[in-house]
Amino acid sequence: MLSRVADSIYWMSRYVERAENVARFVDVNLNLMLDSPSGADQQWEPLVNITGDHETFEKLYAKAATQQNVIQFLTFDRDNPNSILSCLRAARENARSVREIISSEMWLQLNTFYLMVNSAASSGKGFESPHEFFSEVKLASHLFSGITDATMTHGEGWHFGRLGRLLERADKTSRILDVKYFILLRSVADVGTPLDEVQWVAVLRSASAFEMYRKRHGRIVPKAIVEFLLLDSEFPRAIRFCLNAARDSLHAISGTPLGTYRKPAEKLFGQICSDLAYANVDDVMNQGLHEYLDALQTKMNSASTGIYERFFAKRMPETKNTAKERVQ
Amino acid sequence: MNFCDYDLGGFFDEMFGENGQPRAAARPLARNMASLPPGELANRQIAADRALVQAGITFNVYGESAGVEKTLPFDLVPRIVPATEWARIEKGLIQRIRALNLFIDDLYHDQKIIKDGVVPTEIISSSKGFREQCIGLNPPRDIWCHITGTDLVRHRDGQIYVLEDNLRCPSGVSYVLENRRLMKSLFPEVFAASHIRPVSNYPIRLRDVLEYLAPDGVTPRVVLLTPGVFNSAYFEHSFLAQQMGVELVEGSDLVVSEGYVWMRTTNGFERVDVIYRRVDDDFLDPEVFRADSMLGVPGLMGVYKAGNVALVNAPGTGVADDKVVYAYVPRIIKYYLNEEIILPNVPTYICAEPKDLGYVLEHLPELVVKAANESGGYGMLIGPHASKAECEEFALKIKANPRNYIAQPTLALSRVPTMCEGGLAGRHVDLRPYILYGKDIFVLPGGLTRVALKKGSLVVNSSQGGGTKDTWVLADNPIFNEKDGDLKATNVAGAVA
Repeated sequence: MLSRVADSIYWMSRYVERAENVARFVDVNLNLMLDSPSGADQQWEPLVNITGDHETFEKLYAKAATQQNVIQFLTFDRDNPNSILSCLRAARENARSVREIISSEMWLQLNTFYLMVNSAASSGKGFESPHEFFSEVKLASHLFSGITDATMTHGEGWHFGRLGRLLERADKTSRILDVKYFILLRSVADVGTPLDEVQWVAVLRSASAFEMYRKRHGRIVPKAIVEFLLLDSEFPRAIRFCLNAARDSLHAISGTPLGTYRKPAEKLFGQICSDLAYANVDDVMNQGLHEYLDALQTKMNSASTGIYERFFAKRMPETKNTAKERVQ
Repeated sequence: MNFCDYDLGGFFDEMFGENGQPRAAARPLARNMASLPPGELANRQIAADRALVQAGITFNVYGESAGVEKTLPFDLVPRIVPATEWARIEKGLIQRIRALNLFIDDLYHDQKIIKDGVVPTEIISSSKGFREQCIGLNPPRDIWCHITGTDLVRHRDGQIYVLEDNLRCPSGVSYVLENRRLMKSLFPEVFAASHIRPVSNYPIRLRDVLEYLAPDGVTPRVVLLTPGVFNSAYFEHSFLAQQMGVELVEGSDLVVSEGYVWMRTTNGFERVDVIYRRVDDDFLDPEVFRADSMLGVPGLMGVYKAGNVALVNAPGTGVADDKVVYAYVPRIIKYYLNEEIILPNVPTYICAEPKDLGYVLEHLPELVVKAANESGGYGMLIGPHASKAECEEFALKIKANPRNYIAQPTLALSRVPTMCEGGLAGRHVDLRPYILYGKDIFVLPGGLTRVALKKGSLVVNSSQGGGTKDTWVLADNPIFNEKDGDLKATNVAGAVA
């Protein structure tokens, strides 16, 4: 597969997943506001922190975060490269450049998805009936990944798509956990109050994890929530689950047997996954969740760079017949 | 619906004869359309439009903001070509392409045709399409123009003329295939009754041509080279690559090393043998042509010259697209094949010749003037539709550079009924058949019928308000009974057997 094509499929999936996650954060926060006592912390600023776009936000708005401007920024702002609209535009452009590789059903769905968000941006629908709009975004994203799984050959291209999607998801779950944990534990006075519980439920909901968490752990306990979102091996939005699956796809692409490595990307993934497999939530908390997540983010970034260098980067053939002859 | 108030307007109509009755070949369609309940045709048109938008069958318009895609308007009333007429078109096109290929080969080798005084040397040396870099090149199997789209028009006299040749990167064939797919779903019953020759095997024939050019003894790797997603014909590039099952590549995906072309894959470098390039000569190789090209592959021409990769079409074919060279085609055919031209040229005045120039300047309001090296309907003057000021302005351009212009009488292009506001109305059309030159010369039985959707307009280009129609070439057999338009019983039996 052409490096450029692999790169485009990877980013196409990654951008769709990113758009979905932004829709989750915003939607959950809107719901949370409805549960807050009037005048309670307007928690819009942390949302910008979760997406990691604080600097862009300050540059574009230069004022305090409000519900109105944060939603605009995260959803429809064309100048924010990570707004839902920008993500979909980027995903669609990537898809357009590999139209002959992906299935026509995938293209059709992504095209429709983009047109839906684009028309919501001009009609103001995102503000008038936000819940409906964000649900549509999530649904369209699920539809896209479902169509992808059901209509595209599960070969190299599909694995690149899965790699992009799961790395993005792991990244966003870790950010939710990091930001929310920091805020929630800051106000010690709130610990154990009903408000505190509501907030933790919101964290779970933004990863669509509330119901599954209940089945696994029952009571709302911060430590168990961290364990669930970080270390669970079966919940599909848990960091460990995502990274395990990403590692599997990486090995499917390179053909290197699991448990061994040939290139830095495989080594890094192997290390991260083993680390998560043997981690214990108490150790994580003792070390400090923020520190732990920070280190994890750094490792995930290195792994992404490794993927880029291994598969996408433009290199020249090494001289004297080391270029691989085509298999006849 | 009925055709009573359909107005022929004094033009040749492809569907109706002068008496207002459907031509023999169009009878099954006319009968079917007449039997539809009121409004049904309009509904089918809407269904067709919607299908095109959803499928994203689009082209990019230059000059509008980046990323703007439009669908090419499609009209559901087809143009129908009877079998006998097509047989002549096919013969004429094969003759023309064979001669032009010999002409190009001669120009880049001995230039016998110039030495023999048939074509003036300054016409060739001043042609933008003539590439000195190609002198002495021997393309695989001596074929230069593998894929050609020749534009044909029919005048009021009923005669079909060649309007221009497109021997570089003719586009539009994807619409031929997609239009047909749509039409089969819209008029299945007419297809059953009309015996229309299929076009769907084009990608297979194209791939055969491409593979035929590969160096002997290898299972060739064929790729389609596109300028990228912002090119106006990107949809077509992606569509053809998909239909042929070949890789769609951009210049940056390819690299030259050790005398071969390689593509960058996730698994290292793989050798490429045949490149169907949809990138103009100018941008192919920055080391040989335009140095600022970001679309090409540095070193590509070197590999080509060494015979280690095939380029389709060969570089340098643009010289035969030159509208002044066009005027010499009848003589070119005579010179190489010793045959009379089968499909005539439109009578053409060559502004570089003083006698013609005088005539052209005096008769500008009656003529169509074209720049030698422009395409897509740009750089032309349509005399009867131009203001006095426009004519005067154009006259200055012609005087400043007569070599760059030719003029032709304004043709009364034939018309086909077309869905317009308020029902069917005649609109002017041309026809671009596609010709493949590989082991033999193959003319796709069909082609792109382009239609000028604006009332009275003669400009059919998609960039300037044109649309497309399906083109139905009928099979020889069965023959229509002229009297009642029904199939002869014997032929029906034959078709079943």
